[in-house]
Amino acid sequence: MTFTSTPAVDLAAGIAAGDYSAREVATAFLDRIAETDGELNAFLAVDTPGALAAADAVDAARASGETLGPLAGVPVAVKDVIATEGLVTTCGSRILEGWIPPYDATVTAHLRAAGAVIIGKTNMDEFAMGSSTENSAYGPARNPWNTDLIPGGSSGGSAVAVAARQAPLSIGTDTGGSIRQPAAMTGVVGVKPTYGGVSRYGLVALASSLDQAGPFAATVADAAALHAVMAGHDPKDSTSIDAPVPPVVAAAANGDVSGMRIGVVKQLTGEGFQREVREHFQKSLDLLADAGAQIVEVSCPHFEYALAAYYLILPSECSSNLAKFDAIRYGLRVGDDGERSVEQVMAMTREAGFGPEVKRRIMLGTYALSSGYYDAYYGQAQKVRTLIARDFAQAFEVADVLATPTAPTTAFPIGEKVDDPLSMYLQDIATIPANLAGVPGMSLPVGLDDKGLPIGLQFMAPAMADDRLYTAGAALEAAVGWEARP
Amino acid sequence: MTFEQAVEKFDPVLGLEVHVELNTETKMFCGCPTTFGGDPNSQVCPVCLGLPGSLPVVNAKAVESAIRIGLALNCSIAPWSRFARKNYFYPDMPKNYQISQYDEPIAVNGYLDVEVDGQTYRIGIERAHMEEDTGKSLHMGGATGRIHGADYSLVDYNRAGIPLIEIVTKPITGTGAKAPEVARAYVTALRDLLRALQVSDVRMEQGSLRCDANVSLRPSPDAQFGTRTETKNVNSLRSVERAVRYEIERQADVLDGGGVIVQETRHWHEDTGKTTSGRTKEEAEDYRYFPEPDLAPVAASAEWVDQLRTTLPEPPAQRRARLQQDWGFTDLEMRDVVNAEAVELIEETIAAGATAGGAKKWWLGELARRSNDSGVALADLGIDPDGVARIETLIAEGSLNDKMARQVIDGILAGEGTADEVVASRGLVVVSDDGALTVAVQEAISANPDVADKVRGGKVAAVGALVGAVMKATRGQADAGRVRELLLETLGVQE
Repeated sequence: MTFTSTPAVDLAAGIAAGDYSAREVATAFLDRIAETDGELNAFLAVDTPGALAAADAVDAARASGETLGPLAGVPVAVKDVIATEGLVTTCGSRILEGWIPPYDATVTAHLRAAGAVIIGKTNMDEFAMGSSTENSAYGPARNPWNTDLIPGGSSGGSAVAVAARQAPLSIGTDTGGSIRQPAAMTGVVGVKPTYGGVSRYGLVALASSLDQAGPFAATVADAAALHAVMAGHDPKDSTSIDAPVPPVVAAAANGDVSGMRIGVVKQLTGEGFQREVREHFQKSLDLLADAGAQIVEVSCPHFEYALAAYYLILPSECSSNLAKFDAIRYGLRVGDDGERSVEQVMAMTREAGFGPEVKRRIMLGTYALSSGYYDAYYGQAQKVRTLIARDFAQAFEVADVLATPTAPTTAFPIGEKVDDPLSMYLQDIATIPANLAGVPGMSLPVGLDDKGLPIGLQFMAPAMADDRLYTAGAALEAAVGWEARP
Repeated sequence: MTFEQAVEKFDPVLGLEVHVELNTETKMFCGCPTTFGGDPNSQVCPVCLGLPGSLPVVNAKAVESAIRIGLALNCSIAPWSRFARKNYFYPDMPKNYQISQYDEPIAVNGYLDVEVDGQTYRIGIERAHMEEDTGKSLHMGGATGRIHGADYSLVDYNRAGIPLIEIVTKPITGTGAKAPEVARAYVTALRDLLRALQVSDVRMEQGSLRCDANVSLRPSPDAQFGTRTETKNVNSLRSVERAVRYEIERQADVLDGGGVIVQETRHWHEDTGKTTSGRTKEEAEDYRYFPEPDLAPVAASAEWVDQLRTTLPEPPAQRRARLQQDWGFTDLEMRDVVNAEAVELIEETIAAGATAGGAKKWWLGELARRSNDSGVALADLGIDPDGVARIETLIAEGSLNDKMARQVIDGILAGEGTADEVVASRGLVVVSDDGALTVAVQEAISANPDVADKVRGGKVAAVGALVGAVMKATRGQADAGRVRELLLETLGVQE
């Protein structure tokens, strides 16, 4: 059999049943990475010895009759913004080049406890700032559907890893769409869980109040399996929700949308969206209606201010979060010649270590938080955030889930938007509201545009009702019958 | 200009900011221990080192201490309070922001009454808020230990993340010439209160209680506040008084000479008794405060606050009044006890069986003298209330006299053991056995016939010389009262 085209849940079952070994599976994906990643650049680090050791441990555990974890032996690629003890974590930045965390993120610890095999760290926009993975200090990741195109971002490497079958599963993070948009660009399933549903401990913060880690997978069921492993209350994260994990695996297996009310957000369906994106969105709604769902229209009038609010809140938080990269305790140090002052060394290090987009956002945030501007910018943006949450609350009174196109366009050429930040920021127009309100969202592939590039559809659900995404997602996945591969 | 002239001409206004390190077992936002004096960077983890990805979790015990402090300072406890980030770059601050509180502190609007020379001053408390301490920079290779001239610097993050409470007064007015003493009395009263709450070690010399003194002058009590300076590095109660006094004199000189006060941070120098200019507020940073997104707001329920209110100790001032009455001390005696920091010691000595007078006599007499001579605080001398109480008991029983008691103290302080062990090992026993004393009495009379005659002739007071001779002969171990009785009896004199 071809391990690299087998769903993750089937691989786990095969390993558990002894049909094949975890080492065979790991080796197959490591080989696949070796073949393809020279071109795709999805990985910043491939941990061959670590992956084989973890796979061997699973095989040994099985041989001695131990109960295996739910993802035992399944390779998982981890976005390079999540701390992995003993394995380099750079956040796609020069300033953290070579940094080896002395501790595991909670998500990483959950993966290890579930028997997952961490196969490597994936490429990303520097500190998760971007929608194309072009802002990586280590070169852009490339879209396997057409390597001249971007794979989306910031979790581009993780999306590519699954799309190109370099890993059956991967983990990304989503601050304004960084899982869902690259999932749409590469034709895979990507989920941003409810804020607080997955621990942020060990996730190097971009914007603390928006960041959330989530799964990438080829299928809705695989995404659910990884989601269930990642999620759960963590006392080490004060913003973690102390409640049971929503029943995502059962929901993905069920996929019955009969009677489900699916709300179409009036403000996110028309202007600015590529024609094929709109067409496939409409077609998907028809399929859902055929499956028994009730399509309703909802209005979220404050969504039009989401992008503006986001680009005040995010830079403000990130200007503070990224202050710790100062050459003193870890990472890059530039200019320490014994003569220069500590302030000069800090400034020279940050000048050399951060890329232009990171500097842009630090400057924006520093300005927005400055004395005299706080109320007008950060304070006002937080009010907009409250209004957006209210829009969601009202929409969820008449709809069980909301549906929008994930991104306005399909994948675009590398270099096209690099010098046009506003156009790049608009990639996240449909995904940002969920982050501002803390609600979960999923993107899944629903069709191809005229050039044969994947198109994604987004579902959003109320906080801690992540299972509804999987119910709707499984139904739509079955109705679409998605078979396309890059 | 002298201080007297300065306060004659200007009205001082004070503002005191006190930082208190809480004595919680673990840090404010992680599980690292808070013990003082560990090897550098031995009490750190990803959280207090601010490693990428780490997150803070609030220490509930620290919040509890903050609420109790707020209640003891008669503050309102906010039903909803938030942490905020104070952003500035400094190498000993791991995240380059400090988690503090800004516009939503845990406790606001209280007061603390302090007494100076019989007059009570009500010091208004603006706020008390929670924050984390920074690490410590060590500048190596230079002569001064300061950053200028150093070859390199090291940072110790053991202190980073230790919980702090910052207590800020409202402007303190109306103190006039008493301003320096009021400042000292406030910090002293606050220290005593915090000690009674058992929330901090309150050791200024170790930095667990630190005071910044804001001072400004104005031409008259009805004028607007003048420009203030903030004096840091004030590390003892005495320094609080001296630093305020110095700043009043310095500012008065500047103003009197037609100059203006620059709003700035100044550093107090214990050795010279002066302050010097630090950074001016013009260069000061914009801290870009914003609510800490990694932490949920602290919502202290009314039930919790009420429950904590029941754990408050008796206020120190009230407690002192009660003890003074119980002990029967005069105001002056009580003030001596307070100034000697002997209230708790005497209380415990009495609890261990001594009389109030006996306990005071030893702690404020012999032991205070030794404390002054050695520069060691009474509580740290090496003798505890149980030991003092035991000595008092032995004296009351007649088995020791005062002179021998001092020898027992010598022994205890020399580490020879308990009072009873020292008595035994040094053979300190009062000789009150008449047989043994009679010989010495006879010898004393024979050796001093003139004195004996005087006594026989009715000058009873002269017997003291004979008592002395007997005491000398018995190397101080005789019961002096019994010796006197025996001498008078032998000489056939009745009192």
